[in-house]
This record gives sequence, structure tokens and C-alpha cells, in this order.
Amino acid sequence: MSTLPISVPVTETHLPYKGRVAMFTLIAAESAIFTIFVVAYIYYIGQSLSGPTPREVLDLPIFNTIFLLSSSLTIMLAERALVRRAMGNFNLFWGLTILLGAIFLVGTAREWYKLITVDHLTISTNLFGTTYYSLVGLHALHVIVGLILLTAVLIFSLMKALRPEDTKRIEVLALYWHFVDCVWVVVFTVVYVIGR
Amino acid sequence: MSESSMPLPGRLPEAAAQGTRADALGNIVEILHDWVTTVDHKKIGILYILYSLTMLVAGGIEILLIRLQLAGPRLNVLSGEVFNRLFTMHGTTMIFFVAMPIFVGFANYLVPLMLGVRDIAFPRLNAFSFWMTAFGGLLLYYSFLGGTGLQGAGTAPDVGWFAYAPLTERAFSRGHSTDFWALALILSGFGSIGGAINFITTAFCLRCKGMTLFRMPLFVWLMVVSSVLVILAVSPLTAAQAMLLIDRYLGGHFFDTQAGGSATMWMHFFWIFGHPEVYVLIMPAFGIASEVIPVFSRKAIFGYPAMVAASVSIAFVSLSVWAHHMFTIGMSAAGNAFFALSTMIVGIPTGIKIFNWLATLWGGKIRFEVPMLFSLAFLFQFLIAGLTGIMLSVAPFNWQLHNSYFVVAHFHYVIVGAILMMVFAGFYYWYPKVTGRMLDDRLGKLHFWLFVIGFHVTFDVMHIPGILGMPRQIYTYEVDRGWGTLNFIVTIGAFIQAIAIIIFVLNLVVSLFKGKIAGPDPWDAWTLEWTTASPPHAYNFDAEPVVYSARPLWDLKHPDDPD
Amino acid sequence: MPLCRKIALASLVAMLLCGLPLIAGESQTSIFSPQSAPARSIVSISYFTLAITGLIFAVVGGLLVYVIIRFRRRDTDDGSEPPQIFGSTQIELSWTIIPVLIVTVIFLTTARVIFDVQDAPKPKSALDVTVVGHQFWWEVRYPGSQVTTANELHVPVSSASAPTPTFIKLTSADVVHSFWVPELAGKTDVIPNRINELWIAPEKAGLFEGQCAQFCGAEHALMLLRVYADTPENFAAWIHQQQQPAATPQSDAVAQGRKQFEAQACINCHAVAGTVANGRFGPDLTHLMSRDTLASGAMPNTPENLAKWIDDPDTFKRGSLMPSMHLTRTQIDQITTYLVTLK
Repeated sequence: MSTLPISVPVTETHLPYKGRVAMFTLIAAESAIFTIFVVAYIYYIGQSLSGPTPREVLDLPIFNTIFLLSSSLTIMLAERALVRRAMGNFNLFWGLTILLGAIFLVGTAREWYKLITVDHLTISTNLFGTTYYSLVGLHALHVIVGLILLTAVLIFSLMKALRPEDTKRIEVLALYWHFVDCVWVVVFTVVYVIGR
Repeated sequence: MSESSMPLPGRLPEAAAQGTRADALGNIVEILHDWVTTVDHKKIGILYILYSLTMLVAGGIEILLIRLQLAGPRLNVLSGEVFNRLFTMHGTTMIFFVAMPIFVGFANYLVPLMLGVRDIAFPRLNAFSFWMTAFGGLLLYYSFLGGTGLQGAGTAPDVGWFAYAPLTERAFSRGHSTDFWALALILSGFGSIGGAINFITTAFCLRCKGMTLFRMPLFVWLMVVSSVLVILAVSPLTAAQAMLLIDRYLGGHFFDTQAGGSATMWMHFFWIFGHPEVYVLIMPAFGIASEVIPVFSRKAIFGYPAMVAASVSIAFVSLSVWAHHMFTIGMSAAGNAFFALSTMIVGIPTGIKIFNWLATLWGGKIRFEVPMLFSLAFLFQFLIAGLTGIMLSVAPFNWQLHNSYFVVAHFHYVIVGAILMMVFAGFYYWYPKVTGRMLDDRLGKLHFWLFVIGFHVTFDVMHIPGILGMPRQIYTYEVDRGWGTLNFIVTIGAFIQAIAIIIFVLNLVVSLFKGKIAGPDPWDAWTLEWTTASPPHAYNFDAEPVVYSARPLWDLKHPDDPD
Repeated sequence: MPLCRKIALASLVAMLLCGLPLIAGESQTSIFSPQSAPARSIVSISYFTLAITGLIFAVVGGLLVYVIIRFRRRDTDDGSEPPQIFGSTQIELSWTIIPVLIVTVIFLTTARVIFDVQDAPKPKSALDVTVVGHQFWWEVRYPGSQVTTANELHVPVSSASAPTPTFIKLTSADVVHSFWVPELAGKTDVIPNRINELWIAPEKAGLFEGQCAQFCGAEHALMLLRVYADTPENFAAWIHQQQQPAATPQSDAVAQGRKQFEAQACINCHAVAGTVANGRFGPDLTHLMSRDTLASGAMPNTPENLAKWIDDPDTFKRGSLMPSMHLTRTQIDQITTYLVTLK
């Protein structure tokens, strides 16, 4: 193919890892979806005709937030351990990440239980109910998906099936997890700070 | 196993020719299985294209029925109920299941070849994306069954392709027609997003040696831009449709005006998708134009960097124009002024692209082969479409023209007169690469002239009823409105175009058996896909190509004057 | 066919197509025959835009035709490649700047008209009308005069010396509709849970037709609009007549008809001022016979059509929300006899 004079040098192109590019693209798409739900939430603040209002029924989920955001820290530590091939530490921090994520989900479940049974706020009660459960629920769904994938990786690791080339794949998954945490920062601010 | 990656009729494996009928059946099953489970970009590309062509026929039949009903005032060819289902299905089919997938098909086939690589970044995601799209379309068409049966056109969606709320809420849209619409598009939306992730990743991460981003063929650039818009635009639609389903099934109130919900919020969300969507559709057409026009003028594209910059600018600005579909909803004067401005601004880089193509033709040696005929018609018709777009961007003018047949004429001028025109060009240009045979030239020219004549008879005339006050999406109209003769002419043109499409499909099939053998480079072109066999081997390239410019074949053919 | 002949043929076809507006005949709904100030403002900026886009078409289209002819490959071509030109910063800059200038001009003109029409001051003498869109009819109210009617609006003629524009507030009782009478103004959407406003100022007396311009369901096509511009005297007379309660029965047959009407479910949806009928789901029937059409323009208002409509609305408007009450022939005739007295 290259029959040009050898004096013409081939331009070096540094091509990024495809998993990383794909994950950023997926994150962009997901961000667009979340943006629409956030916009709906903001637009409908104070617009409900009746029923419970955020101020009346929402408590600041401080602990839940701390747990979830800490999981970003633990996953970062896990990644560092993986790069050093310190698999014991990796398993520890990765497992902690999953645990923290699970605790967050339990916290959300408890909050919803209280909202439904005590405050009688459901998705069909009023505009607040509809937008709240949709937005927080969408986020929780992403946490669940993340936890499933994280658990799969933990199982592979415990089975000693992780190879060096899997490191960058796992970093891509961690990127997803960081995204989920970022979304929570936005949701927390919009729902529990601005919206109340 | 045969060398070519696509078993051609008349060249089935030897066993079929010699063996028993059971063997032949077994071979057919084997071939089918191969195609259904394939992850090869070339086969998936062909699947997308064949699927789109089938849907084109379905959408075409729908519009012919519609045109029969509208050919005169107060006709009774179709009931209003059936008519409303047909125009909803026509729009939804053509946009989501013809225009989008056909370019994904082209891109699937061509992008790895143009980049000098073996396949797309994620072959299995690629297959998944196709089947999601296909299944979405099947679900949409399944809606024709059910309800009160086919004479009432089943329970097909009847809320218009943009499905304004609260018409789509449970209270006003009983039965499942709206659910079919929402679910089918959510599914195909996942397919579109998967495809977009694949093209973006491929372009950024898989290129042959020496191919910098600015040496990629413009078609690849335009597919990347289109894919970025899919990522940013289809997602909001998916979100809005999920909200609609929450309203319909979980008692939500997103668009429930009785509970304080907002009908205009649906409009905003939909058009935040809807406007970038039309750029999703036209970017690949631009890309094909930037491949075909240079080759058939024998000149490099004029201003490659400007073409990239213009395309990226169009995409960027297109994210800010959506409410020009909503000039009549009662936005403030300032709001209307903003969207009028942004819409006019998007016309600037668009015009620049037209000028660049003109400059490519200037000083060239234009060959009037069929791909070029379609490209020249594209230039002329896209110019007109853009100008009626400018008219529509003038908000006060829009207050009269919105939702009239003027708008229908405008967007068909873009989608049929520009986009479909380049689809045809792409077919005639790359069919030799995919099948190894040329499409018949005389049938091609007949297809071209018949279609262009039919197109102008229909869509030039169609602007006039709009100016005379005829709204869109109406199943009939009064005798004394003065729209009857014009609509009759429009209908005639539709049938002329239908005949042209039949000739085109005939050409596709007949040329498969009788077409002239093409060889690797029948057009004397310059990009990497023309270095492979026709059709390419399963693995595309014998060795990884090395390129030194955007036109590797030009460099090889003109060692004294490389780019 | 040689290329020049092809181009000549195409030009001929194009010119023929331009003559098509003549085929349109007398149109009552052309956006280019404005009879009211907002429509006029729109027409002037439309002509301005058409002029500019026409010029662009002539220049660029002409260039395209020229290029195709001048740079076609001749039969005598030697097969060599023409000089490869990759770009020119100067040329590209100029064809960026010129469109920017054109856009600036068009935008500034556009913005001025937007503000002029949307933010037009409302004179004290303006008439207030409220229009509520329904599937598939228009409820029309005159808050200042306590008048309620349906589908046909009457408004006073407005002149520059004695301006009496009509400011119409628009909202919907169900889905999104759009109020469009092309000769009077651009369209404005009619949206539930939202109040929009448009104004018209008809310059001469007469009938102005339009229809719903946003797909609203099964009978969107037959949700027509009639706006009657009256001289000030005629308008006052019309308002006065509409303010009267319903005509009392002057004969036994009519009284019988009214009894029948009130015994049926009609009164659940329809109102007749001065009687027990006070339904709000359907059009007000107090002065039904003062209207020229029935079912928002679907058919002329004649006793025969009225009887047929009551018998089975699906005859005229299949998706109409008025059900057939499956009345007997006698019942229908009686009710019709009554309704035709409601002038």
C-alpha cells in the first residue's frame, strides 16, 4: 500500500482506548436523559395543585449522600490497588464500594417507604410526586445497574479470573460509577436543596 | 468458504448446485443463520439497508393512500380515523425506520473501509443496535393488528408523529395506539444510541496508520457529527416518552394539564429532539455529497477544513433552534426573537457548505453519471429547501405558515429533495463496491428523471395550498377553499415518484444478476474503500493501509502530484 | 437530448409552476390577502423575505446552472485531471461575511415586526373576547357583554381613525388547538392550562374563514372557524340580540319540542339561556339559528341538517364527541321544531 517515496514519514496518530471513548459517549447520552428529568423537576417546583410539598415531607439525606459519595473514593482506591496488582486491597476497596452503594439504596428505599406510607406521596399524587419519584428513581436504577456490574467484577476477582488487560476495562466501569455519583450531586442539589 | 463476505445469488456454495434438495435447504438455513447472527459490519450494513428499503415501501404505500384521499375535497376514500393513523405511521416510519437506519447502514458498511480497518469498534453492540431498531419497527407495525381490525387500520398510532400532549394522555388517547408509538421508538432509540456510540468510538479509536482525523473522508466526519447529535437528541426523546408512559401507566402528571401539568413542556422536550434529529438525517447526506461531487468533478473537495468546521457549527447551533417549531405557542417576543435569530444563524454554515460544493465543481470536468445527476439535483433542491427554511425562520411569517402545507412542502423538500436524493446517489455510487456489479445506467437515468419530475410536480405545487391557508394533518377539506386542483396535481406527482421508486428497486434486483462487473474502482475514486475487492473480502484489507493524505488513491495514481 | 435543451425544458416547467397560484382561484384563506393590521405586518415582512431569498436563489441557482454547463466534461476531453484546488481563505471569508450581513438585516427586520405585533398596545376601545378550544368546536365568550356563543365570532370593523381591535384570549378545555384565520392574523395556539392572546382589526365588513391549525384528534379537519366583521351598528345589534334569553315557545308544537329537549340528556351538555338547560360541555344553543353553520362549519345550518345531526352526529363528523341519543323520529322532529326557533 505504501508505495510513496520512503522520505515521507508516516504521521503518528495516538489513538485513545475505545472503551474509554465509548463510556464518555454513553455518559453524554445519559446526561441528556437526566437533564430532561431535572428540567421537568425544576419547572414543576411549586406548581402542584394539591398534596404534600417537598418542604413538608423531604428530609435532607445527609448520611445517604455521604455513603454514596464515599464510594467514589473507595472505587478510586480500588483502581489504584488494581494498577499495583495488589489484588487483596483491590477486593477490599471494591467490595467496600459495593457495600456503600447498597447502603445508599437501602436508605432510598427507607425514605420512599416513609413517603408512601406516612406522607401518602406516590408518583400519582401530584406534580411533585411524579417528578420526584421519576428523577430519584431513575438515578436509583442506575445505581442498581452499577452495583450489578461491580458485583460481577468482584466475583471475577475473587475467582482470580482478572487479567492485566482487564485493568482498563475496570477503569471504564469505575468511570460509570463516578458518573452515577455526580448525578446524585445534581439530584441532591435540585431536589433537596433548591426544591425545598 | 467463498472469498466474498456476501453470498451472491447465482453463486451459492457448490454443495447447493450439486447436492440434494435437503442439502440446498440446509444451505439456505445456514445462510440465514449466518446473517441473523452476524457481527460483521458489512452484513449488518446490508441488513440495515434492506430493512430501510422495506420500510420505505411501507411508508410509501401509506402516503399514496393519503394522497388519494386528499386528491379532492370531501372525498371518502379513507375514513378520518384511518387517515389519522396513516399519516402518523407515515411520518414515524419514514423518519425513524427509513431515513435514520439507511444511513446507519451506509455508515456501517463504509466507515471501516474508509478508515482502513477491519470492523467497527464494537461488533456485538453493532448487531444489537440493528436488532433493536428492527424490532422497534416491527412493534410499531404490529399495531396495525388489534383494535377494530384492519379496515379501521387496527390500533396504529393516530396522534401525529410528534404526538403532542395532552392528546396522548390516557384521557384523550384510549386504547394502545399511543403506547405502540412510545414503546417502538424507545426500543429503536436504544438502537440508535448504540450505533452512535459505535461510530464515534470507531472514528476516534480505530484508524489505519497515518490517518489523522483531518485525513478521514468527509463522510466519516459527517457520520461522527450525526452520531453526536443522536447522543444528545435521541436521549431527550427517550426521556420524554418515558415520562409519557409514566403518565399513562403509573398515574403520573408530567403532561396532565388537569393536574397543573404543561402541554408546552412536551413540545419543548420533543423539539429539543426533533430539530437536531433533522440534522442527524441530513449530515450523512452532506457526507455522501462530499464524496460523490469531488470524484465526478475530478477535483478535491474545496475547503476540507471549512467543511468540517461548518458541519460541527451546524450541529452545535442546531441544539439551540428547537423552538422555531413553536413560534405560535405564545412565547414572549424576546423568546421568539431569540429562536428566529438562532435559526437564521444556522443557515450560515449551511450556505457555506453549498458554496464549497459549488467551488468544487468550478474548474472541474463534470461527469454526468447517475450518482452525479442525483448530487446536482440535491444541490439545487437543497438550496430551495434552505431558502424556504429562512422564510420559516422569520417568526411573523411563520405565524401564518406554521402547521400549513407550506411547512410540509419545506420539510419534504429537505427530506426527499435533498436527503433521499443523496441516498439514491449513494446507492448508485457504492452498489458496485457492495455487490461487484454496476447498477444499470439506463434504468438509473430513467429513475432519476422520473423521480425529479414527480418530485417537483408534488412539492413545488404543495407550497401553494399552504399559502392559501390549508393546514396539515387534515383528512379532508372544504370544497370552497380552492385547494382541490392543487391537491390533485400533488397526488399525481406522488404516483410518478412511486413509479420511479419501483424502477429503482427493479434496478437493484436486476443488476444483481445482470449488472456489468465493476472491479475494485469503477469510478476512478480516491478513498480507501476503492482499494478493496468488490465486494471486499471478509477481513477488508490484506494488510493495514498506510496513508499520507485524505486521498490515498489519488496519491498512488498521481505520484508526481500527491496531496 | 443535449444539455442546453434539458435546461430550457426545466426552466419552462419552473415558469409554469410559478403560474400555478392562478389555478387557486378565489381563496378566502390566503395569507397574502390581509384584511387586518397583524396580517398586513406579516405580509410586508413576507414580501421582504421573499425578495431576499429570491435574490439568493437567482444568484446561487444561476451559478449552479452556469457551473454545470461551463465545466462539464467535453467529448474532446483528454482524460487529464483538472488543477486541484483545495481552498482559498479569501473566497471562503467573503462567502461567510456576506451571509452574516444578510442574516443581520433579516433578523433586525424580523425582530421589529415580532415586537410590533406581539407587544401592540391595547387601546381602551378594544373588544375583549375569550375563545375556548374544545374537541372539535370553539366556545366564544364576550365577558363584557355576558354573551356566550359557539364557532362563529362577530367582531366590529376597526379603522385607523376609530380603532376597535378585538383582543382574543385563547385557552383550551382539553388538548392543544390553534386559532387561525389567515386574512386577519397569524395563528396562535390554544393550549390547556395556559392563556394566550391574539388581536385582530378587520378593516372591512365581511366573513373571514379559518380553521383549527393544530392536530387535535379525530375531527381536527372539521373544526372550522368563521369570523364576521360587522359595522359598529350591526355589531351592536348582534350583541344585543345575543344577550337576550332564548325565545319562548310561541306554539304548542314548539313547547312540546322544548319539553322533549329538556327531558332528554341534551341539557347535560348544552345551555339555553333562560331555561333549565345549563350544560357546558357542548356549544351554547341559546341563539343556535343565528349561526350559518352547524358543528363548527361541518354543514350549513338548515332544519334538515339539524335533524340529521341530532339523529346521528356520525353522519357528518364521525369523531365528534356528541353521541347519538337514539331518539325516535318523533322525538327528533319535536326537538328540531323547538331548536329552529332559537334565533
